[in-house]
Amino acid sequence: MTDRKIPKSLAGPSRRAFMAGSAAMTASLFAPKALFAQDYPTAQINTTGLAVTDDTVTIGILHSVTGTMAISETGSVQAEKLAIEQINAQGGILGRKIEYIQEDGASDWPTFAEKARKLLVNDKVASVMGCWTSASRKAVLPVFEQNNGMLYYPTFYEGLEESPNVIYTGQEATQQIIAGLNWVNETKGAKSFYLLGSDYIWPRTSNKIARKHIENFMDGCEVVGEDYYPLGHTQFNSVINKIRLKKPDVIYAIVVGGSNVAFYKQLKAAGIDMTKEAPIVLTISVTEDEIRGIGGENMEGAYACMKYFQSLDNDNNIAFVKAFKDMWGEDIVIGDVTQAAYLGPWLWKAAVEKAGSFDIDKVREAQIGVELETAPEGYVKVHENHHLWSKTRVGRAKLDGQYEVVFETADLVEPNPFPEGYQ
Amino acid sequence: MERSSNRLFTTQDILGFAVLAVIIFIVLPMALDSFRLNLFGKYLTYAFVAVGLVLCWGAGGILSLGQGVFFGLGGYCMAMFLKLEASTPKNTAIQSTPGIPDFMDWNQLTALPWWWEPFNSLFFTMIAVVAVPVVFALIIGVAMFRRRVGGVYFAIITQAFAAILTILIIGQQGFTGGVNGITDLRTLHGWDIRTNDAKEVLYFVNAGLLFACLLIAQFVRKSKLGRLLIAMRDQEDRVRFSGYDVASFKIFIFCLGAAFAGIGGAMFTLQVGFMSPTLVGIVPSIEMVIFCAVGGRLSILGAVYGALLVNWAKTSLSESFPELWLLGLGGLFIAVVMVFPNGLAGVYAEHIAPRLSGLFGGKTGAAKSPKETPAE
Repeated sequence: MTDRKIPKSLAGPSRRAFMAGSAAMTASLFAPKALFAQDYPTAQINTTGLAVTDDTVTIGILHSVTGTMAISETGSVQAEKLAIEQINAQGGILGRKIEYIQEDGASDWPTFAEKARKLLVNDKVASVMGCWTSASRKAVLPVFEQNNGMLYYPTFYEGLEESPNVIYTGQEATQQIIAGLNWVNETKGAKSFYLLGSDYIWPRTSNKIARKHIENFMDGCEVVGEDYYPLGHTQFNSVINKIRLKKPDVIYAIVVGGSNVAFYKQLKAAGIDMTKEAPIVLTISVTEDEIRGIGGENMEGAYACMKYFQSLDNDNNIAFVKAFKDMWGEDIVIGDVTQAAYLGPWLWKAAVEKAGSFDIDKVREAQIGVELETAPEGYVKVHENHHLWSKTRVGRAKLDGQYEVVFETADLVEPNPFPEGYQ
Repeated sequence: MERSSNRLFTTQDILGFAVLAVIIFIVLPMALDSFRLNLFGKYLTYAFVAVGLVLCWGAGGILSLGQGVFFGLGGYCMAMFLKLEASTPKNTAIQSTPGIPDFMDWNQLTALPWWWEPFNSLFFTMIAVVAVPVVFALIIGVAMFRRRVGGVYFAIITQAFAAILTILIIGQQGFTGGVNGITDLRTLHGWDIRTNDAKEVLYFVNAGLLFACLLIAQFVRKSKLGRLLIAMRDQEDRVRFSGYDVASFKIFIFCLGAAFAGIGGAMFTLQVGFMSPTLVGIVPSIEMVIFCAVGGRLSILGAVYGALLVNWAKTSLSESFPELWLLGLGGLFIAVVMVFPNGLAGVYAEHIAPRLSGLFGGKTGAAKSPKETPAE
């Protein structure tokens, strides 16, 4: 059933597919698309003193490459650098090559704020691709709003935010949660849910939305338990025992970071075989990146709800995965956030070209409604609330650490960072 | 020792204070743009902690690996006030319960907790910035020093406090903002603290407060209390047998260090614009000890230079080598500890001061150069 569905819905974008994915050598073929710098005098397209010259434009990359978050954020840095290289190979933006200044947030929120200020005030970058955790985004937000910068933020997150200075290229919570819950209810007949998460704002907000949806919008369904554990927690045996007593149809797990490894190993050790689906394990926090740490054998059979999986079978994605591996090595895996980070430079490029200017205010205005047909996840569009319209997909983890896509929504899901009825 | 060291200021001290004052009040503001000046303002907030550590550790021999607790408490007090001011019903109209801080709303709180209420008052907040860390230090101090817990055991216990407070803040996110901390602070009594002008004013306020703390520290060092502290550090039992109440002196100096740290934390919140648990935990607490060690744990002025130098190195190394800078910084620390065990102040006292005094022909250098070898 599902196999039929996917190629059909992804048929559209193939026409321009390899443009996004193609590396330097094919760029010359597409030269007519390139815009020439002399058509866009610097004085006209940069009226606010950003770092734009006659043949370059400078942007910032602000992620943690040291500290505990480095393992998660490295993929985003790699994706952004790939996108920049590809854009440059196609002739850059308004005839200008993109140069980047990379700063290390060092997994430390004050450092993120300091570096964000440095990029905007000192380096005058035209946009910033960066941040990963909500805490780091919250730390830089006042800096971007005060200095009128533009941040492209890649991570799926809890919503409840709509800054004029941020484009959210990942999903907000409702986009990631609702379709997945409906799917597990409709196709697997699941009625009872056990919610579990790490103890901070994203899992708590996500589970709140999940609970409201289960209780108010799904007939005959109920939440039988809800538990939170501190970040870094590694003892899940007591909650696993509780789960076995309650016998839920679905364990809805939003455990993050190092805790994931302990949780899934202990789940397996306790005799819960996820391949038998009793109970079903559905997560929104484990991408292909995390499976590398958890181990495919511990994750096999679990379902994850994302907008992107590395295994997506469409021309855009095949080209993207190939280019990514060519640049960063065969062994690399690509998770949901990595793909969202890859969209950042492309969305910005589209907005700049639509505006015919690098000025932040003009780019912000032009950004709304920008479509990207070359996105590895398929087709995306920027909503006026600065989030992306995108599909929700469910994948099932395989032994080799990849997901097999078993479901995707027929249409793009509208982003709704302040969902009514879910507060 | 020489009589000269009993005076509040030797010529050498006056020179040291004057040089530092010129650097902080004149050279830095003139040489740096607004962004860099704000960064140095941030570094100087750590200097408050480092000065407190010189008194506790360098003079008193009390190594605290939990100064981040006090820095954080001071910072959180200030952040609570600023957050309440930023959370007007108008600004938070989209929330289920307008008028309370946004993170409370996300965590389904529907009313402001009672212990947040007093932080609507700036006056109360300014007292709390000092009082809360001091009360906390008093409790720890009484519990530890009265039982004669000292040395390594004390260091480990303070570290445990840092861990406990971090976990508490993260766990109680409905009341504290959790991992994200308290963010999006805007105005202080209607005065927008995010503008460049405000940041410059705050830099000078910060520098002024730091000098006030330095003067208090200098006074303590030169008073009878200061000499008793050094005596306790080197031979605690003898001081006790001489009839002094050792524990009370230790508690006092520990509380003074906490008060300095609290002021530093509050100034940090004002200048950086938010407070989060990453500034409370074990890692920042140990970093603060490093600032003190690099500057020289025996010298209050050295502590300021240490805080400035280490943080400046951190910033510029991470800007130039985003993926390798931690290695470089680590190497720098090892080098300092191996080659200059008494830090920058030690280098000055051993190599530069004798030459200077030779140049001026005075004997002023003699008072400062005797090697104060710490007990541990």
